[in-house]
Amino acid sequence: MIALKINKALCGAKGEMNLEVDLKIKQGEFLAISGESGAGKSTLLRILAGLEKADGEVIVNGQNWKDVPVQQRQIGFVFQDFGLFENMSVEQNLLFVSNNKELANELLNITQLSELKRRKPNTLSGGQKQRVALARAFMNYPKILLLDEPLSALNHEMRLKLQNDILALHQRFGCTTLMISHDASDIYRMASHIIVMELGKVIKEGTAKEVFSTNTSHLNGEVLEVQKDKIVVLIGQQLIELKVSKDKQFNIGERVEIQANF
Amino acid sequence: MHELLNTIYTLDLAPFALSFKLATITTLILFVVALPLAWQLSQSPSKVKPIIESLVSLPLVLPPSVLGFYLLVAFSSFDLAFTFKGLVVASCFYSLPFMVQPLQGGFESLNKNMIESSYIAGKNKWVTLFRVALPNIKPALMTALIITFAHTVGEFGVVLMIGGSIPDETRVASIAIYDLMNNLEYGKAHIYSAIMLLISFAVLLSVYIFNHKQKYFKGVRA
Repeated sequence: MIALKINKALCGAKGEMNLEVDLKIKQGEFLAISGESGAGKSTLLRILAGLEKADGEVIVNGQNWKDVPVQQRQIGFVFQDFGLFENMSVEQNLLFVSNNKELANELLNITQLSELKRRKPNTLSGGQKQRVALARAFMNYPKILLLDEPLSALNHEMRLKLQNDILALHQRFGCTTLMISHDASDIYRMASHIIVMELGKVIKEGTAKEVFSTNTSHLNGEVLEVQKDKIVVLIGQQLIELKVSKDKQFNIGERVEIQANF
Repeated sequence: MHELLNTIYTLDLAPFALSFKLATITTLILFVVALPLAWQLSQSPSKVKPIIESLVSLPLVLPPSVLGFYLLVAFSSFDLAFTFKGLVVASCFYSLPFMVQPLQGGFESLNKNMIESSYIAGKNKWVTLFRVALPNIKPALMTALIITFAHTVGEFGVVLMIGGSIPDETRVASIAIYDLMNNLEYGKAHIYSAIMLLISFAVLLSVYIFNHKQKYFKGVRA
């Protein structure tokens, strides 16, 4: 059980704001954190990891982590830019965490990196680097796994595969997992619970179904193109052309709500 | 022509040997001292950091005579004036910024998340320094070592004040050239100066070639 009650002044994109989060996460839970950039999501993970200080408390399994240094927190962290050790090969990146060759080989197999294990990070693609970072995060048998947009650099196929891998690893290691993601499919498939943050506060909380499908007959989209009597709207990853009455004005980039009548 | 060859044959190389001995020792000592200092400075959000940074950089802006004067005053109670040891101590102060600044700059340019990944992996600051940070700043490390070495070889003002010109003790190459000039021995002064010029150029060239290669190969190595 993780009980977070933190407060920290942040300088966000929209000026100063307070990160105020009061959250309880059950042991073994898979929590997704969503919200616009600058909402304080990454800072929340960094505070939990011990990389940043904040007022309040972080209690993990009854222990106050105020004075527990980052080195002793037994955490796995996948950074958005991976943070791989550039001077080491893929395999050495894993073995640096712990010299457990058996575990390293297993993780390299799961993430399909065995062939690349002698390569240096700067010769890998974004998706490959992401898998190295993920494999490395499990090398210390983490109690808590923190993932900062772990699937953002992957194509659709690799994304589905890695969703499964993360889920399998999450179950095998039994670690409580917090994942920042904007992707509804990632969240729906993987997370048991989701919180949505805005300007440092949690504004919504629940299961993916509860949070995402507030009204099934409404779709939210973004206007991409405006023509005389029609507009092109992006909904999810799909483009839809819609006829509109001439007296209505639309702007490119405008968010629109579309109601379907069957 | 015959005269020139004769001058070259009878050239006293001791001042050069002394210059290189001084530069080697100074570089080694400074590496050991400056490495932890540069690492701490690069990682510290402390409020006293600007004060330490200013102190380290002082030799860049102070006239060598000011540093020389204070060192002479300090040396009077340690018996270090006009000795080789005294030169080493003075050089360490004088060349400190040339070692600290490139190293600190290198550490500060590292990906912050890479350093944090090492902490998350349970490694302390020093393991992180030697196994993650230092191997990833090779060009900065090379620059720091070679520029410190070259700068010490090129010292003049402080060395003159602290060491004078005692053969085989404090008479380094730059001082020897100054002496030759004063004695109107222009032939020898020419040769000494040309050697210094060539060595300095070769040293700088090697740094730039090394750093260029590092940058280039980092991008294309498969």
